[in-house]
Amino acid sequence: MPVPADHFFFIDPHRCIGCEACVQACTECDTHKGHSMIHLEYVDRHESPQTFPVVCMHCDSPTCAEVCPADAIKRTDDGVVQSARKPRCIACNNCVLACPFGVPKMHTGMELMMKCDMCYDRSSEGKRPMCATVCPSQALFYGTREQIEQLRPRSRPINEFHFGQQTIHTKVRMMVPRESAVTHLDVMDSMFDADAPPEIDNTDDLMLAGATFKLPVVSQR
Amino acid sequence: MKPRALSHETLIAALSGIAATLLVGIAILIGSRRLSHFDAALVGYTFATLFATFGIAYRFVMWLQRPPTAMYWKRGWQVFLRPQSLGRNFVLWVRRMVSVFFANSFIWRRGWIRGAAHWLIMWGCILASAITFPLVFGWIHFEFDGDGFDRYRAFFFGFPTVAFGIESLLGFLIFPGLVWASFLVIPGVMLAMRRRMRSRDTLVLQSFGEDFLPLLLLFAVSVTGLMLVVSYEWMRGYAYEFLAITHAVTVIFTLLWLPFGKLFHIFQRPAQLGVLFYKDAGARGEQALCARCQTPYASRMHIEDLIEVERQLGYRYDVPHGPTDHYQRICPRCRRLSLALAQDHLWRASPTTEP
Repeated sequence: MPVPADHFFFIDPHRCIGCEACVQACTECDTHKGHSMIHLEYVDRHESPQTFPVVCMHCDSPTCAEVCPADAIKRTDDGVVQSARKPRCIACNNCVLACPFGVPKMHTGMELMMKCDMCYDRSSEGKRPMCATVCPSQALFYGTREQIEQLRPRSRPINEFHFGQQTIHTKVRMMVPRESAVTHLDVMDSMFDADAPPEIDNTDDLMLAGATFKLPVVSQR
Repeated sequence: MKPRALSHETLIAALSGIAATLLVGIAILIGSRRLSHFDAALVGYTFATLFATFGIAYRFVMWLQRPPTAMYWKRGWQVFLRPQSLGRNFVLWVRRMVSVFFANSFIWRRGWIRGAAHWLIMWGCILASAITFPLVFGWIHFEFDGDGFDRYRAFFFGFPTVAFGIESLLGFLIFPGLVWASFLVIPGVMLAMRRRMRSRDTLVLQSFGEDFLPLLLLFAVSVTGLMLVVSYEWMRGYAYEFLAITHAVTVIFTLLWLPFGKLFHIFQRPAQLGVLFYKDAGARGEQALCARCQTPYASRMHIEDLIEVERQLGYRYDVPHGPTDHYQRICPRCRRLSLALAQDHLWRASPTTEP
């Protein structure tokens, strides 16, 4: 059964309070029993208690799957990028190093890459992923567009990310300020200067639309 | 211009398939001494094997031509055959063959039911293949030794080898070899089936052709094989012909399915060894430092290879104006951090402070 088409994962790292409920809940998911697929990171542990959770963004054109020499990572027709298939994964670490969001985890002892699969055993039955069921601040939220618009009137979701010249579209949405003019998030903007203001760059919509490299939406089974 | 019927990759794969099939065919002719020891009753198995050889070689070569696979295939051999580490690599290869392939150590770590199921099925299939293929191809045949009828001599490629009594321990181990193989495969299939029917992680993603059919085929081969033994040992050959045909059908279907389904992982899996040697070489070589946090996060060789593979695949993670030339030179943690910071900055720049 596919994940319902009107349900989306909305993430808002800004709202994370660092309770780690998502990390614990993640381990209870049957598709990765006992292993948490969430990265809960501190921005700068010496300076601030600010944390943020990282889950798989489920790219339309998943780099992890494309660079896999064993062809072990598949994206189901409903847009969920699955963990590596166990008979095929050769633990080369390509996916871990290639993912632009830094998501996959390598379990060297088991020679197996595991990653967030949106709790596919649950989401494919219409249930919420484990992390979204427990997140008290709704930094991780799973539901419909109408629900998120009602909950977050001052936010709006985007799913376009730029990494250098590469554009990646994702199934998972990230919340940004409604008033902000951005159409995408450029990850390089804040990479080397944490205090640098973001550049509002909407050239995609204008004459330079071809300047970034967009990839076709692929579906693999 | 007339469109090409076959792509370059398809042509190479098809030619490789034909070459592999011809090689097996020639080996059958030589091993059976121009078919003089070839059992005509087993011709169906032979043609199924030849078809499977073509399919496996075709798919294998198609797979090898994918940019990431081609890169690691090439690099794996390069690092393994480096003269300065060849001796150490050979010792490691033997050790890894034992722990990774013979013992399946990494699969046991994924779960004991999974480990037990795989180990039993794998060894059952290896034993059965080691018996069946040489017999089918005429590479091994048995003749009475001497004037009596109580001793056999095995011939390999037409050359006489060991002789043993029919009632001896060796005879007891060799002749019912396929029975022993089925005693391994059947419990392995049972354990795998149990997992497929009970584990929610498998229930959600499994498909009939990929996951169930190989198990059902292995089970059918084993059970029909055992039924043949029961028929001629204890039932005076009751329904033997029917059972022989049924058994042949199950084996032939399994052979034909080899290139298509999950069982193809048998031929992909050795790549794991190449990866281990690649990792060894990477650990001994220069390390890549993250362009942001300056900490080592992978081998330099791996990062350069990955950049090349991404370019071949059409990805453009190049950073034309910045402190680094490519996004791949950022470690995974700094990537996660930068994404969150980029979002955080939008909120800081926004007049709305509360999301």
